Amino acid sequence: MNFDTALPLLVVASSLLPGLVIFFLRESSHGPRTALNLGGAALKLLLVGIMIWGVFHQHVYETRWTLAPGLDLVLHADTLSVLFVTLSTVLWLVTTVYAVGYLENSPHRSRFFGFFSLCVSATVGLALAGNLFTFVIFYELLTLATYPLVAHRGTPEAVRGARIYLTYTLIGGVLLLLGTVWLHVIAGPTPFVEGGVLSRVPAEYHPQLKVIFVLLLIGLGVKAALVPLHGWLPQAMVAPAPVSALLHAVAVVKAGAFGIVRVVYDVYGVQFADQLGLLIVLGVAACITIVYGSVKALSEDSLKKRLAYSTVSQVSYIALGTAILGPVGTIGGIVHLVHQGIMKITLFFSAGNYAETLGIHKVSEMNGVGRRMPATTLAFSVAALGMIGVPPVAGFISKWYLGLGAVEAGMAAWVMPVLLASSALNAAYFLPVLYRAWFRDAGPAWPAEHIPAARFETAGALLWPPVVTATLALAAGLFAAAPYSPLEWADLIARREYGL
Amino acid sequence: MLTAQWLYGLTGCLVVALGLRAALLQSALLQRIVAVNVMGSGVFLMLIAVAYRGPGVAPDPVPHALVLTGIVVAVSATALALALVRRLHAEPGDG
Amino acid sequence: MADALIWLVALPLAGALATLLLPRAAGAVVIASGLGTSMAAGALLYGVATHGPLHNAIGGWSAGLGIALRADGLSALLVMMTALVALAASVYSSAYFNTAAQRARFAPLWLLLWTALNALLLSGDLFNLYVTLELLGLSAVALAALGGSAAAVQAALRYLLVGLLGSMLFLAGVSLIYAGYGTLDLAALAKVVESGPVVWPALTLMTAGLLLKTALFPLHFWLPPAHASAPAPVSAVLSALVVKAAFYLVLRLWLDVFADAVTAAAAALLGLLGAGGVLWGSWRALQAERLKLLAAYSTVAQLGYLFMFFPVLQALPPGPARELAAGGLVILALTHGFAKAGLFLAIGVIQQRSGHDTIRELDGTAQRLPATTFAVALAGVALIGLPPSGAFLGKWQLLAASFATGQWWWIVVTAIGSLLAAAYTFRVLGHAFGHGPYPNQAVTLAREEWPALLLGATAAVVLGLAGAPLWTLLEAGA
Repeated sequence: MNFDTALPLLVVASSLLPGLVIFFLRESSHGPRTALNLGGAALKLLLVGIMIWGVFHQHVYETRWTLAPGLDLVLHADTLSVLFVTLSTVLWLVTTVYAVGYLENSPHRSRFFGFFSLCVSATVGLALAGNLFTFVIFYELLTLATYPLVAHRGTPEAVRGARIYLTYTLIGGVLLLLGTVWLHVIAGPTPFVEGGVLSRVPAEYHPQLKVIFVLLLIGLGVKAALVPLHGWLPQAMVAPAPVSALLHAVAVVKAGAFGIVRVVYDVYGVQFADQLGLLIVLGVAACITIVYGSVKALSEDSLKKRLAYSTVSQVSYIALGTAILGPVGTIGGIVHLVHQGIMKITLFFSAGNYAETLGIHKVSEMNGVGRRMPATTLAFSVAALGMIGVPPVAGFISKWYLGLGAVEAGMAAWVMPVLLASSALNAAYFLPVLYRAWFRDAGPAWPAEHIPAARFETAGALLWPPVVTATLALAAGLFAAAPYSPLEWADLIARREYGL
Repeated sequence: MLTAQWLYGLTGCLVVALGLRAALLQSALLQRIVAVNVMGSGVFLMLIAVAYRGPGVAPDPVPHALVLTGIVVAVSATALALALVRRLHAEPGDG
Repeated sequence: MADALIWLVALPLAGALATLLLPRAAGAVVIASGLGTSMAAGALLYGVATHGPLHNAIGGWSAGLGIALRADGLSALLVMMTALVALAASVYSSAYFNTAAQRARFAPLWLLLWTALNALLLSGDLFNLYVTLELLGLSAVALAALGGSAAAVQAALRYLLVGLLGSMLFLAGVSLIYAGYGTLDLAALAKVVESGPVVWPALTLMTAGLLLKTALFPLHFWLPPAHASAPAPVSAVLSALVVKAAFYLVLRLWLDVFADAVTAAAAALLGLLGAGGVLWGSWRALQAERLKLLAAYSTVAQLGYLFMFFPVLQALPPGPARELAAGGLVILALTHGFAKAGLFLAIGVIQQRSGHDTIRELDGTAQRLPATTFAVALAGVALIGLPPSGAFLGKWQLLAASFATGQWWWIVVTAIGSLLAAAYTFRVLGHAFGHGPYPNQAVTLAREEWPALLLGATAAVVLGLAGAPLWTLLEAGA
């Protein structure tokens, strides 16, 4: 085994092995635990950096392990996987710092960080999956690794929320598995190849391929929170803030969306999917979700729930981009995978800061918080503006490309209204929050001031992550044309997909 | 004698059937144990019938060996069953 | 290499006799025989992998007159599973039974059970199978009754009667086979057997007897009380190994010896009963109040999956697709063996710590024993069939074969069964999250917790990731 065949496995192992060790660490050994966490994250970042450089220069990194005759576990680094892996790795590092700070003095930290590491390992494995079989394996592992994180607090609500999450995701997982097995029986092993592999399947199987697509879409759509499969997401808000941040920005929801992207582009092939009329199905589901999520967000007073519905809506932009035929739409969807991740994690970090520092859980309690916690609120504002689509924050870039792609694909008639309506709704549920935070006076006392105002507004480990990610969100928008930016990378992916 | 072989064999089957019926329908433990033993005897009868090889010819020793082994097994199993029944009834009130 | 066959039967038997002669050293003898037998099992597996099927005629007597021991890929794998599971349970039992008197009563029966299992898996003729089946049944019943309570004795008695009934039916079938073909040797029979009025009643009788012993729905009624009242290490072996031995015989008879006589309708009947087992067993497991009952009903369900393979195997023509499916069946059986044993051992730890195994009151215990709860989780993952367990690969093969042969109804049953298994697993695991006391470190009782953890890990991870050689082994040793 040389470096090229080991690299994907090493990337997964850099969080898996520390995670397994952390389980056996004593609850009281904070130092070793934090060292393992951060050390693993740093190592992973290094390995991913090598991978980025290599893939850009057409190196092939592939780990292959046979599980059964005809069933290979394949970890393969192509342009799309590198995009998702980088997002996961960078955000994991930031979230680890945040989690160490957030969970200070909480019980069960060895268990938490053990499963935390397993969760990231599963996400990275999913990103690097080289065929649908491997993807399904890591998809289910992700479910298993995230369940203890959602249930972590141990309150009846947490256990209940975790059970609902599990019910949805396991049923989705079964459907995904059935679709995959069926596809295997018809078309053999389905490696992820740019341009898809199913176009050569004989025409008499096409009706079956359509049913399989629906099965796969439902299976992936549960995690991607497509309406009406999104019911678990608001319930999963009982998890601690670092978990919500991870789940929404990087791990679970993105895994579902990433899966949809993979299935359409690298299994079916976007042209073939369009031929079978499947893009329309996806597009309609995406549009319904975008609008529904935004509408529900309007009526939520709980800050985390409002953000949850915002995620439901925003992640479907990725699905929408996938449903728009043509490289521009593709770019819009794929780049939003990164942009939405950075922006949403900023929002969740900020929400977590408000809760941890001042006991704020509701929007109505946020009056004047901008003065008390300016850096956090600034980060929150940058991310919120990005969600609305205000330049130069990254969100604007994604929406621009989606709109342009829709026009080029001749789908402007129904996509543009959806984009405009959703931006308006985003403004409607974000701007009032910003107004409250900056321009209203604070009430007599905060709900529960856990961390008093000192030199910085809150603990360092809680403060810096949202500031860093907000800066990244701004940078991704400002420097979108720079080499190695998310936009450039998405452009590369689209070019390779369409064979340009 | 062909008819004797068939007689033994069919009787064996009949005894097995009777034993099976009793084992399934009887509720008392001791009766069930006896019923299973009767089933065993029926099977042994079948085996003895199978051993017949013709008039004046020594019968096939293999089925006889099977019957002997079977009897030993049946006796041990019955002993265990009866020991368990005794243990059960040695604890009055627990049923 | 062929000597390994003899060691596998002789070592545990000698150990059983030794524990009778030296009751005070019973615990040590068990571990020693266990290690020796495991090494012999490893040697056997290696031998079959490199040389193909192994054969040993005991005493030099030729087939037909003497007892022959035979091992192919399937039996070698099952012997290995038996060895590892029994070894882990033996280590656990050294901590579970804390008085010398208990150990002295337990040890000889335990080693006899192991002897019977090995002898059954390695037997080459029908009558030897009958004898080993009886030995297995008797030692299993005696072990099950060790629990001592009235419920245990009653369950053991029912187990015994059902077992005897099954054996008698089996013997009746054997006598018909002998009447028809004049030989009891499995290899010889496989060559001459053909469909007909001699084979059908014989196969029906033998199968009926074996189905009683393997607890296929609806003949499963004896299993939950027996497995739930037995001591934990005994339950582990009963669920993981003993019922598997009877299933192995059904497999051997239906797919190997009497393959030509099996009809699609008969296979479909087995599959249907299996489906009933999956649904009924999973449903009852979900409603169970006690952990041990949950595990016992889960066994009924898991065996149902194994039987659902029969109709799809029957429908596939001989070739690579059939080999794939057959391998899936074997890996599912192996995974269940490890998973169920691990689950019962973990339940044993929980039961000894808190004095009960009622699910509703698990909160404090589950949190006080994180390693054991994790073992339960690992076993659960394997029972549900989630990756990377071996059961995932096995269920995949079942689903693929069902899709390929167009028998889609097994797919529906498998999906529902897996979701029900997830429901009852996570119902238990939900109790692990709460506000109970949490120890400073994960493993608190090494000798008791590690066997369950290792068994669970084997089922949930090792078999799934390292399972590919299984298919080559099954072909090489065929």
